[in-house]
Amino acid sequence: MTQFTLNGRAVTLDADPDMPLLWALRDVLGFTGTKYGCGIAACGACTVHVDGDPVRSCSFPLSAAEGRRIVTIEGLSPDRSHPLQRAWIDEQVPQCGYCQSGMLMAAAALLAVNPRPTDDDIDAAITNICRCGTYARIRKAIHRAAGATP
Amino acid sequence: MRRGVATALAAAATMAGLILLDASPLRSAAPPAGDEARSLEAYGLMASTLMSPGCQNCHTLTSFPRQDDDRHAHAFNVMRGPDDHGAVGLPCSTCHGRANNAASGVPGAAETWRLAPLGMGWEGLSAAELCRHLKDPANNGNRSGAEVIAHLKTPLVAWAWSPGRDAHGNARATPPLSYADFIAAAESWVSAGEACP
Repeated sequence: MTQFTLNGRAVTLDADPDMPLLWALRDVLGFTGTKYGCGIAACGACTVHVDGDPVRSCSFPLSAAEGRRIVTIEGLSPDRSHPLQRAWIDEQVPQCGYCQSGMLMAAAALLAVNPRPTDDDIDAAITNICRCGTYARIRKAIHRAAGATP
Repeated sequence: MRRGVATALAAAATMAGLILLDASPLRSAAPPAGDEARSLEAYGLMASTLMSPGCQNCHTLTSFPRQDDDRHAHAFNVMRGPDDHGAVGLPCSTCHGRANNAASGVPGAAETWRLAPLGMGWEGLSAAELCRHLKDPANNGNRSGAEVIAHLKTPLVAWAWSPGRDAHGNARATPPLSYADFIAAAESWVSAGEACP
């Protein structure tokens, strides 16, 4: 049994401790907002927060979640009101949208520790991959959410 | 002394992929303090490992870590960050967990993944320069010889000998000296006086 907090709720899971957290979230718990991209922690589509830090859940065994506080895109805000979510809509960031939940979680983790990031800060912290190439709009939306004009 | 030179040459040859190191001298009794020849011999063995990618990829002099045996810059613009734990908002632990991940090929260790501080960077140093660097408190984290040995026994250092497999399933290379022989060499080097070439 693995016990952790998921988006503020206690969860007890009877699953293989080596199962990637991503599979547990999507296939066992039904939280499909977090996406599978590469499976090797390279693209960032599966980014969630573990105790507030960004973690690529495809490469994070369920056993490592024991006692931790997990937040997925579904838990970023109850009503899509997180400043980043609003900025994402205002800037019309997504194209296909597949990578965007991971982008948002990575951006939220950045703003939590650096509320006014520079372009260089964003480039260093957001290494997620977007096949549609929405990077410029992502950067703009992060600045908007941070309350700064790019 | 002649044996020390031979060992150093063997170390250099091993680094070129030619032969295996002869670590048999390490299996005899610990050398007495002040035995410069034995200390130099032990350091020659140590240096072969200290200068291998398994150590140097984290002991960089750059604003980023390096990867693999060709020591290329870490993919995805991964940065050193202000505290050697990665960029603000993207700590090394975003990907590197507490153990090697067999499914993804991402390395991990039972210690928070991080770079060695810039002051402990070794890139470009000769074996002799590295030796002096290693025993200089200003460049070794203010460690005594015994504390240097303690560092060599930490999970991040030991990882170099248990590096697991990459994302393609290929086994990562390990240093030229076995871990036990490396520690034995370090202990001999320190106990015999930390001699440098």
